[in-house]
Amino acid sequence: MKQKLVIIGNGMAPGRMLEHLFDMDPEACDVTIFNAEPRVNYNRLMLSPVLSGEKTYSDIVTHDDDWYEEHSVTLHKGARVAKIDREAKKVTAENGVTADYNKLVIATGSLPIMIPLPGHTLDGVLVYRDLDDVDKMLAAAKAGGRAVVIGGGLLGLEAAAGLREQGMEVTVLHLMPTLMERQLDPTAGHLLEDAIAGRGIEVITEANTEEILEKDGRVAGVLLDDGRKIVASIVVMAVGIRPSTALAGSADIDCNRGIVVGDDMRTSDPDIYALGECIEHRGLCYGLVAPLYEMAKVLAENLLGGRAEYNGSVTATKLKVTGIDLYSAGDFADDEDREEIVLRDGKAGIYKRLVLKDNRIIGAVLYGEASDGPWFFDLLKKQTDIAPMRDTLIFGQAYQGGAPLDPTAAVAALPDDAEICGCNGICKSQITSAIAEKSLTTLDGVRAYTKASSSCGTCTGLVEQLLTVTLGDGYKPAAVTPVCGCTDLGHDDVRHLIRAKGLKTLPAVLQALEWKTSCGCAKCRPALNYYLVCDWPDVYRDDYQSRFINERVHANIQKDGTYSVVPRMWGGVTSAAELRKIADVVDKFDIPTVKVTGGQRIDMLGVRKEDLPAVWADLGEAGFVSGHAYAKGLRTVKTCVGTDWCRFGTQDSTGLGIRIEKFMWGSWTPAKVKMAVSGCPRNCAEATCKDIGVICLDSGYEIHFAGAAGLDIKGTEILGRVRSEDETIEHISALTQMYREQGHYLERIYKWAKRIGLEEIRRQIMEDTEARRGYFDRFVLSQKFAQVDPWSERVSGKDKHEFVPMSDLTLEAAE
Amino acid sequence: MNAMPENWVRVGRLSDIPRRGARRVQSGAITIAIFRTAEDRILALEDKCPHKQGPLSQGIIHGDCVTCPLHNWVISLETGQAQGPDEGAAMSFPVRLEGDDIQIDFNFQSDLRKTA
Ligand code: SRM
Ligand SMILES: Cc1cc2nc3c(=O)[nH]c(=O)nc-3n(C[C@H](O)[C@H](O)[C@H](O)COP(=O)(O)OP(=O)(O)OC[C@H]3O[C@@H](n4cnc5c(N)ncnc54)[C@H](O)[C@@H]3O)c2cc1C
Ligand code: SF4
Ligand code: FES
Repeated sequence: MKQKLVIIGNGMAPGRMLEHLFDMDPEACDVTIFNAEPRVNYNRLMLSPVLSGEKTYSDIVTHDDDWYEEHSVTLHKGARVAKIDREAKKVTAENGVTADYNKLVIATGSLPIMIPLPGHTLDGVLVYRDLDDVDKMLAAAKAGGRAVVIGGGLLGLEAAAGLREQGMEVTVLHLMPTLMERQLDPTAGHLLEDAIAGRGIEVITEANTEEILEKDGRVAGVLLDDGRKIVASIVVMAVGIRPSTALAGSADIDCNRGIVVGDDMRTSDPDIYALGECIEHRGLCYGLVAPLYEMAKVLAENLLGGRAEYNGSVTATKLKVTGIDLYSAGDFADDEDREEIVLRDGKAGIYKRLVLKDNRIIGAVLYGEASDGPWFFDLLKKQTDIAPMRDTLIFGQAYQGGAPLDPTAAVAALPDDAEICGCNGICKSQITSAIAEKSLTTLDGVRAYTKASSSCGTCTGLVEQLLTVTLGDGYKPAAVTPVCGCTDLGHDDVRHLIRAKGLKTLPAVLQALEWKTSCGCAKCRPALNYYLVCDWPDVYRDDYQSRFINERVHANIQKDGTYSVVPRMWGGVTSAAELRKIADVVDKFDIPTVKVTGGQRIDMLGVRKEDLPAVWADLGEAGFVSGHAYAKGLRTVKTCVGTDWCRFGTQDSTGLGIRIEKFMWGSWTPAKVKMAVSGCPRNCAEATCKDIGVICLDSGYEIHFAGAAGLDIKGTEILGRVRSEDETIEHISALTQMYREQGHYLERIYKWAKRIGLEEIRRQIMEDTEARRGYFDRFVLSQKFAQVDPWSERVSGKDKHEFVPMSDLTLEAAE
Repeated sequence: MNAMPENWVRVGRLSDIPRRGARRVQSGAITIAIFRTAEDRILALEDKCPHKQGPLSQGIIHGDCVTCPLHNWVISLETGQAQGPDEGAAMSFPVRLEGDDIQIDFNFQSDLRKTA
């Protein structure tokens, strides 16, 4: 007699299982299926193309009505099973339909998780699981407006892309710092974010939704915990799935997170099997179809009396958003015993990363070009020893014995109108055509014909690469010292490429400039962070994790791990009230040392890190702000007493020093900048050994620069003379900005000046009014964003985590 | 010595630590630095550089190493070993992630505390 097989749920897993079953033995079972959804079996994976309009429902049907008839399967559509009676071996649906079984398969899939935020039951709050959900989204899209998608995982992004295709404005809210963080490493996550943003979808990361807002009984928007409100006409919750176990649980079948099955796919009841997303096997639940298909095969065999075993699966993910190529598999975390191979092609937007352990692939992330995904995945699953093809592995299956990556590729890829020489306004095509037309073969030749690289010289590396690109092996460029081991590019090239390619985030730089490590090192990250701060003051978000500790916590670390605190004393002038406040702070926080510095101000040394915000809060009451004694930025402006008191004073040197300091504080520079203003050539403020100095004269102001008095001792050079304080400030600011834009990270002004040439600097700042105004205006713009007192920011709570230990186990242990 | 039973204690949440950042946990006289890498791995070392006791929690984190803030030694987060030509090691601690919770094996530390 045929055995009676009843299946609860008609999803992708049992669909595949039945195909195997009928292939092996079409006559063995008499099959009855109950499906809560009022329809046949369809390909759930393809719901996103239906949502975006690329496919219709009929395109994605897997088994149509004829198929069920052909295989004599009874399908109860729209019939949700409410009860399993294990004694009587019988199931009953909500609509009263019953069926007896010899063998039962539970394949109830999973349920989308709905976070119980206030407002989650409102009309217009949707999930994304089945065709009905797609229909609801399509209906909402017709009405237009904005959709908020909560969750930047696979499903959330597919929903977002589909809704955008349907003409809605879309915002994706994601709790973590990068998208799809479980499948992608941070670099790929950032690239994905850029691509998603490029489709006009707004992505907000680290967004914690607090409430869904209501108007007239419907969704009106969402409120984030930082107070931001986003108006929306629908909210799609796509934050994850939970195995659907309620029915099995109510029949006392063993369940943990999912319905527990053994390797034979049997539940705790020997006549009941479970299959698909609803199960838990060896402690794991799955949310992708590949493992379910493996289970389906095992179960089909076992239903026919076989002894097949399911041994668990490794999974790979691919995002199905048209035009975005993304693949990830395995485990891609860094680890001591792991190595990585990274390939970045900035031009083509490709990022590939393989994580290896003992010459076996254990993880792969592919972005931009994912066609080798299955091949890598196969090597991963089979644990193939890749040692023999290690050198060419990353290039993929088709690659045979390739050349090493070309470091000039980034330059070759620049558009023809990319500016190469900023001083002379020369673009790429002017240089390459001069090389071709005039048969140039040397740097000097290019300089003579185009003027490129003949002024400040910071574009020399790029011009040399253009020679290489145009002439091939015929040109041998001078060796550039790379920024660090993570790249072959030197500082100048990096700075130029950041501007030419409009790179505005750290991950974008690492990708476009083809960094060889996934997240840089302690040498390059602070440099890149500075270059980005300098070039994009209005949009770049400072990366504190790429700053040296002093700049991260705005205090100088000392040899015992305590900190020193140096408030600004503008121009070295203080008052009784300020001194009294310092004395009180020293007493209150038991600060061991108070010292007058070489920079005309007071240093409190030995402050405990936990006390810093409180110390700053107290100092702030007397009007003190950070002295940036820790910064690659403006330090002090020393002054002398000038016309206020001194019998020789020619100008108000104290007042000018204070003006300069108040105008320029807060600016970040390649290395520290120290200044001084002396009231007469007797030079009591030692202005002639500073980065920038001013000597007051009867007739005006003599501006000096490029002095040094630290590791090297060097008197300043004269930049030129000006007549008024205003002019002094304009010239000094312009000079500083020129240095900010051209200096290599950690290169003091005197070294930069030597590299660029004093004449060129004098020409641009003293003679070329337009150039000077340009520098000055850019300096002023960047100060708008830089002049925020970091101490008061932290007193009011910013980066609180920096100052308090995460926890104190001493206390717990004492309990 | 007898093996102590494990005793995992929660010391904070993953989200308490910024990516490529670190936080300190105080345990008696010992300060433990808990690091979160760019890849969201969690690792723990005593907050003491093998060179001159610099607080490693204050360094720059890159890959699975931290660069000490005092004199730029590079220390492996996994083993505590100084990299390159430098020699020495910071003590490393068993730490794990349970969901969002960061946990340290507390018995291991109470052992240490006796010797500290
Ligand atoms: C506090 C102070 C010494 C003092 O007690 O007077 C001092 C203290 C330090 N100096 Fe200095 N310098 C101090 C004035 C100077 C001066 C004199 C001046 O500014 O008029 C110089 C020579 C001028 C110059 O900068 O060229 C000076 C040349 C240096 C150098 C060598 C820089 C160079 O490129 O040659 C370093 C090392 C470095 O920056 O890499 C340095 C580095 C340091 C550091 C930051 C060492 C460090 O990295 O931890 C010290 C930090 C102490 C702290 O935590 O506060 N300090 N240092 C002075 C603070 C001035 C201020 O109010 O901000
Ligand atoms: C939009 C979308 C895109 C996806 N994209 C991918 C992808 O690209 N790659 C990939 O690998 N995976 C993808 N998935 C996941 C994949 O679709 C699932 O892993 C797979 O469909 C699960 O199959 P299943 O048979 O276990 O469950 P389901 O397909 O969910 O089927 C379960 C069925 O059981 C029914 N049911 C539940 N309870 C009862 C009951 N008591 N009585 C009767 N019927 C009941 C449900 O209504 C449902 O129809 C995607 C999922 C979605 C929603
Ligand atoms: S001179 Fe040397 S020891 Fe003295 S403060 Fe400057 S860096 Fe420190
Ligand atoms: S204390 Fe860490 S490098 Fe010196």
